[in-house]
Amino acid sequence: MKTIKTCVTALISALLVFSNVAYADKWSDQFPHIKATGDIPGECSYESMSKKDYSGKTLKINTHAVPVMGEPTALHAEQFAKLTGAKVDVTHTPAGDLYAKAMVPFQAGQAPYDIVFGFSNFINDWRRYLAPVPKKYTDMKQMKDVTPSHIGIASWDGVMYQFPVDGDRHYLKYRKDVIDNPEYQKKYKADTGKELKVPTTWKEYGEMAAYFNDWDWDGDGEKEYGSAEVMKKDDLMYAAFYSRSAAYSKNPKTPGGFFFDLETMTPLINNPGFVEALTDWVAATKYVPPGGINFGLGDEIGSFGGGQTLFSFSWDDAFVAAMQPDSPINNKVGAAQLPGSTKVWNRNTNSWDEGFNQAPFFVWGWAVGVAKKSKEQEMAFDYLCFFANEANHQADIGIGRFGVNPFRDADFQADVWTQIGWDKDIAQSYVDTLAEMEKSKNRVFPLRVPGTFEFNAALATAAAKALAGQLSPQAALDEAAKQWNDILNRVGKDNVRKAYSVGVAMEDNKL
Amino acid sequence: MNFKHKFVFLFPGLFVLIGILIFPIIFTIRLSLSGWNSYTPEMNFIGITNYIRLFTDDPRFWESFFRLSFLSVSTVILQYIIGFALALMVWKEIKFKRFFRVIFLIPMMTTPVIMTVIWRTFFHESLGPVNDLLGHIGIGPILWLSDPVIAKFTVIIVEVWQWTPFMFLLLLAGLLSLPKEPFLAAAIDGASPFRKFVYVTFPLMAPISIGAIIIRLIEASKIMDTVFVLTSGGPGTATETSSFYIYIKGLREFQMGYAATLSFTYLVIMIISLTIIAKVLTKLMIKE
Repeated sequence: MKTIKTCVTALISALLVFSNVAYADKWSDQFPHIKATGDIPGECSYESMSKKDYSGKTLKINTHAVPVMGEPTALHAEQFAKLTGAKVDVTHTPAGDLYAKAMVPFQAGQAPYDIVFGFSNFINDWRRYLAPVPKKYTDMKQMKDVTPSHIGIASWDGVMYQFPVDGDRHYLKYRKDVIDNPEYQKKYKADTGKELKVPTTWKEYGEMAAYFNDWDWDGDGEKEYGSAEVMKKDDLMYAAFYSRSAAYSKNPKTPGGFFFDLETMTPLINNPGFVEALTDWVAATKYVPPGGINFGLGDEIGSFGGGQTLFSFSWDDAFVAAMQPDSPINNKVGAAQLPGSTKVWNRNTNSWDEGFNQAPFFVWGWAVGVAKKSKEQEMAFDYLCFFANEANHQADIGIGRFGVNPFRDADFQADVWTQIGWDKDIAQSYVDTLAEMEKSKNRVFPLRVPGTFEFNAALATAAAKALAGQLSPQAALDEAAKQWNDILNRVGKDNVRKAYSVGVAMEDNKL
Repeated sequence: MNFKHKFVFLFPGLFVLIGILIFPIIFTIRLSLSGWNSYTPEMNFIGITNYIRLFTDDPRFWESFFRLSFLSVSTVILQYIIGFALALMVWKEIKFKRFFRVIFLIPMMTTPVIMTVIWRTFFHESLGPVNDLLGHIGIGPILWLSDPVIAKFTVIIVEVWQWTPFMFLLLLAGLLSLPKEPFLAAAIDGASPFRKFVYVTFPLMAPISIGAIIIRLIEASKIMDTVFVLTSGGPGTATETSSFYIYIKGLREFQMGYAATLSFTYLVIMIISLTIIAKVLTKLMIKE
């Protein structure tokens, strides 16, 4: 009965939300961004915000560079300013500098920015400088639809410090028009003796990517390539490496840590599972587009979203970009779980466990908080609430370059996506992929410990050296493990263990 | 007569000097003796722990320093050779002399970061025009930014393009200030243009050349924006320089205390090495 009720509610909501004729209103006339839905009633809707008066006040925001997250921040700032009379100053900062740009004034006891954007794994370092989200906002209707995992992500010890505006995870994106093409299936079988299908292991991924590399397989007169990946050292490449490592290293039989052995706090990142993943990744440098070793997230989105590669994995953005109406590969892509492996490292027996293994990586996503020292906290929270209101959220998640991805239960309905022009089977595969990740019992969550930036930077530098051929995969990861030990000694093993145990409990399905 | 009041007039300059030079250096030294980072946000005292770490356990800093030495020396040598050649060219009476002088200065007048973004676009391996043009004559694609060796030369190309005009400007000013008599004497003696250059122009230009080279070496040793925009120090750490590494440690990883240690050590090394270079150049280029 409850299921039927939920479905009916979702259907009615979708009809109401996406019916242009019925819900075109004065707000969508003024703000074309929400023309598909019009304003949607709520505590932070356009209507509600228009009743606030922040004239003479200035809100200062530090956000990411345009377009990913930077563009929606600026857009909603402009809308917020028009509605409330506030002046909103938006500063754009490259991804690698977001952490320090907030931390320097935080530690100096200053608040040059009322609102700071960053990544959700900064929470442990930032939380002492952020104002908890007031109950007024956590009790709001729009917050009730946020998935429990994303409420958990935004919170520490039950206190919400980050206002949910985004929800991220890594999964596989592929060119459906190639993988499902009977001619290519026949040709691939004839040439390799293997089936052309959605890859279920990283080895299959590599074989197919190498086969479809450096030739014009879509007949557009340009060469296409195997895979677009985030390989640039300072541009979140550590997350891409964790995605590739999860299948080889996240063994459901050995709970108690993916990055460290929680008991001894020994870094695990140089075990044979991680080395295997890095070896695969070094091989991948042969099937990425020329210059692909320097691809950051923006390049990856542009490359796969622009039809340059067969595969990609990482955040939703490349997939959503590919599905936009102006994309050359609109409705030609598919989504699936990250590939797995046919073996997984068992650190208890020091040997490989044979058999299929797959582990989704919940990379989480963009996070945003209000500085504890801000003198404009109410306005700041109102802005964030407005940013994530239903109308803005519905519009934002359909624009790939915005970097705003599903984190609400309502987002996991295929209808939401078919209404913006996605083919039904693609929309279904997308929401199924996301939903299956939520259900998985063998998940990996990112590192949220003191000094997280140092750990990830050390890993990224080592992996980048291997990709560039400066070190072998084993030597690179040994170097990273040594640096992780040094960082542990500086930060204190117990400090890291205490924070890491929260993530491990989530991975081990104890929370 | 009491001249003590004259010191009052020195105070403003002294305050400025202390404020912008002495205080930052003393603060950096103090910071370098602390463990200030993201999880210990305080100026605690840890003695010379950071220095021990630098000298015993941080090969990446030294690699970046030797890489920097290669990049700065090679770019400055190229800038000197090209800058001198261009200055000689427009020193003579040639057509459109003024036009060329302005044209040669344009790269220096552009914003380095903006120009580096444009160069990065040029050198983009799959979408950039350089590989596209080379492809038409059957060359490439060349991995301008993703091959560890070629990426170094790409950085050199951009640096030479950007800063050769500075060298050109100094050397042209030097050439224009040279006395006429030695050249007249050489002409009367029937010296060839080559001998005139080797025995007259070059020796007379030596003091200016040394000054120009040292100024450019100081600037080149701080190379940061080109690396940041063009390669981010990659692929791997192939183009990482000292200043970029210090930036990563300080403002990316937030190891403020350790970054101060790197900065101060780097400052000392640069003062010593540039002093030695200046002495050596003086000995080589200026004959008594």
